[in-house]
Order: sequence, then C-alpha cells, then structure tokens
Amino acid sequence: MVLADNSSIRFDLQIIANWIEPGSRVLDLGCGRGDLLAWLAANKQITGTGIELDKDNAAHCISRGLSVLQGDLNEEVEDYPDNSFDYVILSQTLQQIFEPARLLCSLSRIGRRVIVSFPNFSHYSIRWQLLTGGVAPKNDQLPYHWYDTPNIRVITLRDFRNFARDVGYTIVDEIAINTNSASSSGQIVKYLPNLRATYGVFIIEKSN
Amino acid sequence: MTLESGASFGPITITYETYGTLSEDKDNAILITHAFTGDAHVAGYHSDDTEQEKAGWWDFMVGPGKGIDTNRYFVICTNILGSCMGTTGPSSINPETGKPYGMDFPMVTIGDMVEAQKALIDHLQIPKLLSVIGGSVGGMQVLEWCARYPEMVRSAVPIATTMRHSALAIAFNEIARQAIMADPNWQQGEYYEGEKPDLGLAVARMVGHVTYLSDEAMRRKFGRRLQDKNDFSYDFGVDFQVESYLRYQGSKFVRRFDANSMLYITKAADYFDLKDRLTENGCLGKMHGYESKFLVISYSSDWLYPTYQAKELVQALKRNGQDVSFCEIEADCGHDAFLIPDERLTNLIRGFLNGIS
Repeated sequence: MVLADNSSIRFDLQIIANWIEPGSRVLDLGCGRGDLLAWLAANKQITGTGIELDKDNAAHCISRGLSVLQGDLNEEVEDYPDNSFDYVILSQTLQQIFEPARLLCSLSRIGRRVIVSFPNFSHYSIRWQLLTGGVAPKNDQLPYHWYDTPNIRVITLRDFRNFARDVGYTIVDEIAINTNSASSSGQIVKYLPNLRATYGVFIIEKSN
Repeated sequence: MTLESGASFGPITITYETYGTLSEDKDNAILITHAFTGDAHVAGYHSDDTEQEKAGWWDFMVGPGKGIDTNRYFVICTNILGSCMGTTGPSSINPETGKPYGMDFPMVTIGDMVEAQKALIDHLQIPKLLSVIGGSVGGMQVLEWCARYPEMVRSAVPIATTMRHSALAIAFNEIARQAIMADPNWQQGEYYEGEKPDLGLAVARMVGHVTYLSDEAMRRKFGRRLQDKNDFSYDFGVDFQVESYLRYQGSKFVRRFDANSMLYITKAADYFDLKDRLTENGCLGKMHGYESKFLVISYSSDWLYPTYQAKELVQALKRNGQDVSFCEIEADCGHDAFLIPDERLTNLIRGFLNGIS
C-alpha cells in the first residue's frame, strides 16, 4: 500500500501524469518526496522506481512504501538493463544536469519514452530583467542568485527542441504551461509559448 | 542434512522464537536473521526473566505497534547453525561420542544456516515469507535466502551487510581466530571439560568490537580520557577509558559465547560470496517468474561493510531487474548502528513492509 497525499500534485506533474498509460513501468529521476510516483501508483497502477539524492527525501519515499534509490541519478541510471521502463521522467531537473546529452542517451537506452520538464528561461519576465536591469535574472521558477544556484543550465523551449533533435530524439508531444514552482494550478499556454510559458513539458523518444 | 561442503550432518536442533500470530493464509510471516553472536530472542522478555535481564536484541524494532508490528506480522527468529545459543553448534553433544563436537563439528556456511532455517519454515508449513530481514551476518542470510529460495521470499531487507567480505573484514576475523587458537586453553577445541580459552575469546571480541564502532563514535565516547586516574601509570594496566571498555566487553562476552562457535561463524562469514551468483542471470528468480522487493540499508560510518559494498549489491540487483530501494542512513556510530534505536530505520522498515502488496 502506497500512501498518497490527498492534496493534488504540482501542475507540471499533472501534465506528465496525463501522458502515462496505466500499468506502465516508470522511473522518476530526482523524485523528491515521491508525490508523482505515489499519485501514479494510486491512480494509474504503475510500477514505479525513483532516484533521489537527498537522504531524507529518499527515506521519506521509502517510508511511504515507494521503491526509491538514494543516489546520484547520473550514476544510478547506468545499471539498468535496456528497456527497463516505459517512461523515464526528468521533471524540473534538466537545468541542473552537468552532461545533459550523455544523460539523455542513457535514458533512451533504459526507457521507451522520456518526459522532460524544465523552467523556461525565455519567459518575458526574465527577458525584461536582463534587458532593463542588466542583472542575472531571478523569478519564482529560478529563485537563486547567480552564485548560489543549482541551475547550471539555462534552457528555453526553443533550445530544447533543437537539442532534442540534435541528440537524436523525436518530440512526440509538448505542452507549455504557466504555473508557479510548487503550485497545483496553472494554465496551458498555446499562444507565444516561448515568451509566455514558465515551464515546458516534452515527451520524446529515440528517433529511428 | 547435506552441507554445502558435501558432508552430511545431523541430527540438528534448531532453537527459535515466534511473536504474533500466523494468519490463516500463512502470508504474514517475517523471518528475522540475527548477526553472528546474536540469538533467537529478538524482542521482549521471557516469562522467567529476572529484573536484570535485558530485552531481546531488536526490541525497539519488533513488537506490537513497532516497526515490525507483531499485531500484524508473525515474526520468526532462529538461532543459526554453528552457534551456541540453543541451535546445534560445536559446543553441542555429538550423539556418537556423548561429548561436545569441538573441532569435529563440520565447517558450515551461510547457505547451511539458511538450509536449517528453511527446514524450520517448512516444518511451520509456511509456503512463502512476507519478508526476510537482518543485519550484518544476518544480512548475508537474507541474501542467501533470496538466492536459494526466491520463490519463498516476497521481500528482503539486508542491512549493513555485503555480498562478500573484503580483505579487511577477513583480516579482522583471522586476527580473532588466531587470538582464540593461540590461547593455551583452546586445546584444539577440546576445552569443554577444563579451562576455557577465555583470554583468546576476549581478545577476539575486542577486535570485533573495534570494527563495529567508528572513529567518530570512539572519539565521542572515549576520546583519550583516562580511567579513574589523573596521570599515566607507566605500566600495562588500564590507563585509557577505551581500554577499560574493551576489556569489559571482552569479559562480558566470554560469559555468554563459545570460542569454537566464534571460529566457525567467522569462517562461514568469510566464505560467503554471493557476488558471482548474483551477477549470473536468473539466480534471483526474475527469470523464473518470481519477484522480490528489496530494501538495502547501509550506514555512513560503517567501515566493516561500507556503503560502497551496499551500492555494489544494489547495482547487482538492478542488473537483475529486481525492484530495489536503497538508503544510506547518516549515523556516526559505525557498523553496529542497526542495533541502536533509530526512528529513521523504524520508519523505513515499517513503510517498506506497508508497501508490499
């Protein structure tokens, strides 16, 4: 029995959850306190595994009844046999990855489809801060100073599309959303997403 | 029974304790395996215990409403083969000679200990264990269960353990054995009618005890503090508190443990090597359609079985396609941490058992 929270999950996770077919095998990278895995287990009967660096978060996940490995996701993904998962999820983590191309290669080996979400660096609030203030921008999605941020990559929706194509992925679907970092509500942005969306959510698979 | 070495041996006695009630479907049984000098008395008190008696060795974990909740689960703990706490071991009487086995006791392995436990589980008519849980040498038994009887293990919790001993672990065990065998009272193991090799056994325990602690734990507990004095005594008596503590642990141990059992069990632990067997496909039963859930736990300051060894185990399990969880618990008290009350360990095990459907 997995203990699922009654409150609803983050808005970007809701988008991701919608894509997952019931009964799938799911790997959630940087699963935090396991909200998405618990939701998917309760509502879509998935078989899930998470990887989480933080010991307290990993222990919390395990004590909720989830299968979670405490460790570095860059290393932990190496040991899985090919095609171990139907979906590999990298939510709000890509911007912190040292070698994103290498990671995505590993993910395509172990999973059929990869779902990636990240804060959109070309949001108008960020452009405006840089343009008018001339300082490294901060907003709700990227709330750190330049010197203490874990986010070592700045990515825009357009950048990701190019990157995915360059490393050999086909974009199966993409949804741009406007939401806050921990909020369970938000809107899908269809008009001028690269300017107006705070997050991008992509589902990609290896090109043939 | 036929032992892993090929020898046949018997009859054997197995001492065990149970807690809680076996469900009608016999699907709530948990086997707890003890570390090498432990025993079957995992929790609570015996009805004839005096007030000085201590509770079982995992009392904070096992009992009504605890991490392993005996209101829900039927808990079994056996004393291992080769020990001296009721199950047949070198100090038991050999029916052929009417004297203790001593060195005539055959070399037993972790696998043989598991075979003896399996005989008990069959005797209790339990078709499948909900979980097998244990730390240290107990963790080796957990892994051996999964390798030998994957169809009988729904889930497994190996704690502070390894797939095989490092040279460091074998070295410390060898020092312990040499200490015992160098004691003139050891007499090739035939000491049961005379003086026992207490000095050797005490030294063996002192060595073991150091490996169960950590640099940090010893610094915190003793530092360089002197024992009941203000200056060095300039002789080989006890100066430091840590010396006094080790001597106390050694002398306490000889009152309850048999030196020959120490020889046999340390050797069994040194022989244990699951690495190649785990890396072979199919050993864990996934290929045969059995799936177990694993929860691997290590401690950050365990230098006997450090976290990298737990990670190697996790890696092998992942490569076998097993459902595995892993957590390193931050603790500064070394290998023995799993025997010290800790809410984090309790929550991990409780939640993991809850998640087994």
